[in-house]
Amino acid sequence: MVARLQSGMTIGIGGWGSRRKPMSLVRAILRSDLRDLTVVSYGGPDVGLLCAAGKIRRLVFGFVSLDSIPLEPHFQAARQAAAIEVTEYDEGMLQWALYAAACRLPFLPSRAGLGSDVLAVNPQLRTVRSPYDDAAELVAVPALPLDAALVHLNRADAAGNAQFLGDDLYFDDLFCTAAEQAYVSCERIVPTAELEAAGLTRLRVHRWMVAGVVEAPNGAHFTSCAPDYGRDEAFQRRYATAAKDPEQWARFAATYLSGDEAAYQSAVAALRAEASA
Amino acid sequence: MTGVQDAAGVQETAGVQETAGERVGAPVTTAEVCIVACAEAWRGDGEIAASPMGQIPTAGARLARATFEPDLLLSDGEARFVTGTWALGQPPPGPAEGWIPFRAIFDLAWHGSRHVMMSPAQIDRYGNANISAIGDYARPTRQLLGVRGAPGNTVNHPTSYWVPRHLPRVFVPRVDMVSGVGYDRASAAGPEAGEFLDLRRVVTNLAVLDFGGPDRSMRLVSVHPGITVDDVVAATGFELATDGDVPQTRLPTTAELTLIRDVIDPAGLRNGEVRG
Repeated sequence: MVARLQSGMTIGIGGWGSRRKPMSLVRAILRSDLRDLTVVSYGGPDVGLLCAAGKIRRLVFGFVSLDSIPLEPHFQAARQAAAIEVTEYDEGMLQWALYAAACRLPFLPSRAGLGSDVLAVNPQLRTVRSPYDDAAELVAVPALPLDAALVHLNRADAAGNAQFLGDDLYFDDLFCTAAEQAYVSCERIVPTAELEAAGLTRLRVHRWMVAGVVEAPNGAHFTSCAPDYGRDEAFQRRYATAAKDPEQWARFAATYLSGDEAAYQSAVAALRAEASA
Repeated sequence: MTGVQDAAGVQETAGVQETAGERVGAPVTTAEVCIVACAEAWRGDGEIAASPMGQIPTAGARLARATFEPDLLLSDGEARFVTGTWALGQPPPGPAEGWIPFRAIFDLAWHGSRHVMMSPAQIDRYGNANISAIGDYARPTRQLLGVRGAPGNTVNHPTSYWVPRHLPRVFVPRVDMVSGVGYDRASAAGPEAGEFLDLRRVVTNLAVLDFGGPDRSMRLVSVHPGITVDDVVAATGFELATDGDVPQTRLPTTAELTLIRDVIDPAGLRNGEVRG
């Protein structure tokens, strides 16, 4: 799946913070020779790992956080070393940018952004005047078309129809519809006939939006993937602690990121067995 | 911080709270005064969503709904509006009354039916607030979260701020990255930026402030027990407006203290955010 991506692409990553991130696909990017990516994300450890691996040229974001740990150390380090370029938006502006792309509109008007330094640090942003009697001047949030989107859902069928089983879809459908090609990883691929039983309204990612689907059990680890599993808080603490120290990070990367996805999952399983022993 | 822990101050606090001594025991703490001061931010708001960030504002929002502002909507911090009053750090026992995935939160914010209380790393005298990055934007000395929803929140609905440590490095003449919009910046940006801008209050571990000063600048409204006006002025990196005698922040009632101690925060998480 990641073989279909190219250096220099604009890639959107679904989920939110440290929640239901397509981490197995992110790990595949870490192992690839992709570089100079523009990454668009409601950011969590996806952004941190890609920063640490030097994959990101530009990040489009509203925040980057590990949720239970407020600040993402790799992202902080990258910013503080001026190692990445950034386009920082209000969270709602980012939604609008994706939605404009999904609707094939050049922009959507927004009050969010007015008066803030989001306009100062993004000199490419323009305002637009309402043609109606109010003549209101608003931010024209430009469409943000994606070359590719990566999302992780709970279930999907082989055709790419996918459903979320937790409480929030986040903006995964928007990432998919804003993208030229969207790739879904999921906890389990099931027959189409099994999807509706979990609730029709959960079937929000449709095969017309999706270019590829792959089964990736525990694929969101260490982020949450409710109700299949919660965030692995102990592992996240281990990640965040290691990320603050180059030597510790080298050990962490050697243990967890030097092999393929199966090696990652067995290292995680081994750690868990050790902790419960 | 200064003064709060001194014995005389504590005694006076307990004394003013007539029945607190026998009814709830321990003297009123700064954290409890702060919870009530945060709760007061939502007084009069009616049927809107209260969105607190941080333990003390969260306790304040729950206290407000449990007492004088029963129509408020509160989230479980994930994707549901929930009923009832429950403890910090615990899942809500009450039934959900609404589904609010992040997309619905954005809709709610842009509709204006929300009053958020955010925690800024820097705030200036006109209420510009920074949660994004400290230092030069191109290469920050300290990268924080990012602007999150602060630009949209502030220009769309009421906003208050909670500062657990009132220090000159937080109350600065100019913030490094305007995330939440203040009154001067909104005026400069045009009527659409200021139409719904409504900065209500700033609650800190020392005092309560609002934007009732000249040109909607920050004004000292009240000081917490044991804190003097001079303490607050010394901890603030810009000129602070005051209207004559500054009163003391109101103390929790006996009923409020009981709710805080027995229902909302039996584990004492409030003391991790504010000491004393």
